[in-house]
Amino acid sequence: MANEIVLITNSIRRLRFFAGEMTQQELADRTGVTRQTIVAIENGKYFPSLELAFRIAHTFSVQLSDVFIYNPENDPVLIKLMAKKNKK
Amino acid sequence: MGHHEKQSIVSIIGSVLVIGFYSLYVYRNYIQADMDLLNDFQFWGKSFLYLIPVAIVLQIVIHIIFAIADRIITQEDMPDITDERDKLIELKSIRISHWIFILGFMLAMGSLAMGMKPYVMFLTLISSGFIASLASEVAKIIYYRKGA
Repeated sequence: MANEIVLITNSIRRLRFFAGEMTQQELADRTGVTRQTIVAIENGKYFPSLELAFRIAHTFSVQLSDVFIYNPENDPVLIKLMAKKNKK
Repeated sequence: MGHHEKQSIVSIIGSVLVIGFYSLYVYRNYIQADMDLLNDFQFWGKSFLYLIPVAIVLQIVIHIIFAIADRIITQEDMPDITDERDKLIELKSIRISHWIFILGFMLAMGSLAMGMKPYVMFLTLISSGFIASLASEVAKIIYYRKGA
């Protein structure tokens, strides 16, 4: 999916690696969700609630922005707003 | 394939079997002998009322059998938690089934408005309920595969 716009990416796989190769099941158990949900988040198929996002960051003892990275240059809403502003 | 997807497939099979056998039972034992029953409101009322508990009990039995079989085959426990993604998918699929049932309800009322026999309305209602329930399960499978 080369043309897919990636608005929010995450570093969960990398963080799991640095947490002693924590398994997806272990992370799921520590954040109170199913392993399938962790898989979906890790693959960027599901964006968690703010509460779960904070819980994941807390599990790895890092800031939220270290887990989830927002890419404003790919945000269609911002792009639209900027275009509107430039028109004026 | 995840547990939820498997559960949805089992629900679809269960619904088809329950509705299929119940319809066949009602047709063979009642309608075939007396076709006038089709226009009897009491018959339809009883058919609907009996179908609900029968469907619930049979679906529970089917799910218990599935859970036991799945545990034996995969040696894995079913997830005992329902997380935010499960709830979101549940809500999205309920919304789809809700709209399908509303459409079926409108069609059922439309059949009455066009002067069709009452049994057409009842059959449309049962069919829309059945299709709505199938659509809900299919939607769940799609959402689980998509992520949410």
